[in-house]
Amino acid sequence: MLELAAHILDIAENSVRAGARLIEIGIAEDTASDSLSIEIIDDGQGMNQEEIKKVLDPFYTTKTVRRVGLGLPLLADAARRSGGHLNLESQEGKGTTVRATFGLNHVDRQPMGNIISTLIVLIAGNSDVDFFFKYRHNDRQSEFDTRIIRHEIEDVSINHPEILKYIRGVLDEGFSEIKPEA
Amino acid sequence: MAKLTIADLKKIKEKVHAEMSLRDGDRRVKITVHMGTCGIASGAREVLDTLLQEIAQANVNDIFVTTSGCMGLCSREPLVTVEILNQDPIKYEYMNPNKIRQVFKRHILDGEIQLPFVLARGTEITK
Repeated sequence: MLELAAHILDIAENSVRAGARLIEIGIAEDTASDSLSIEIIDDGQGMNQEEIKKVLDPFYTTKTVRRVGLGLPLLADAARRSGGHLNLESQEGKGTTVRATFGLNHVDRQPMGNIISTLIVLIAGNSDVDFFFKYRHNDRQSEFDTRIIRHEIEDVSINHPEILKYIRGVLDEGFSEIKPEA
Repeated sequence: MAKLTIADLKKIKEKVHAEMSLRDGDRRVKITVHMGTCGIASGAREVLDTLLQEIAQANVNDIFVTTSGCMGLCSREPLVTVEILNQDPIKYEYMNPNKIRQVFKRHILDGEIQLPFVLARGTEITK
């Protein structure tokens, strides 16, 4: 993984596999405290205590097609390398929250990368899941919610090319306003 | 450029509605991009993003794109499965934006399977 946006896509895909209906992705940059935090909250099936302990082990996976599970260990490592850490909360039947913090100006922090591409891919590939996205840079904030879009377009599918183009435009505008550092 | 508003979204909806009544939007093709950790790390996101842009450019509405997880062949990622109605699924390996453009134009639009990129015909058994 070369960029944080790829990690976000990966963790959100976990949420999709866990049967989430709503996935909230929050990114916050604070220049004063030199911190960057990424939060992914889902309402999927969640994990029990036993599983929570095991998910950070790269040799633990729920899949049967291979013997490794690297998504969360890679994110934990990316956070640690920049002086941050990974925090995991989960309740069976309620959902899971993954929170990773990074040193904003740490030399080993991965770049944010193309977060718009991550969001478009998530929305297009999982058209039955809702996404709420929040990006804060100090006191400027931008939000995006697929539930609002879905309400307006009625029976048109959210992954229709014209709708995706609109979403791309809205996200572009949001980011150019908040001017992210990462 | 003026800011995009909900009113713009409504206009798009009207436009799509009008087009839907003119053409039938039956799903002729289903494209699955495998989006596990391995796929993402090797560029599956760029492949899917390219595919979405090609679909928008070609202005077709009978193609359905989705994602799935890892199928255990991590070393051959990014993997893409193309299923055309009434035909065997084709799995393409080591995809990148340029290769997927070629697959889209030659196979999906013109029906000519791009043999050099094919991993297998048929589908995996998901456990």
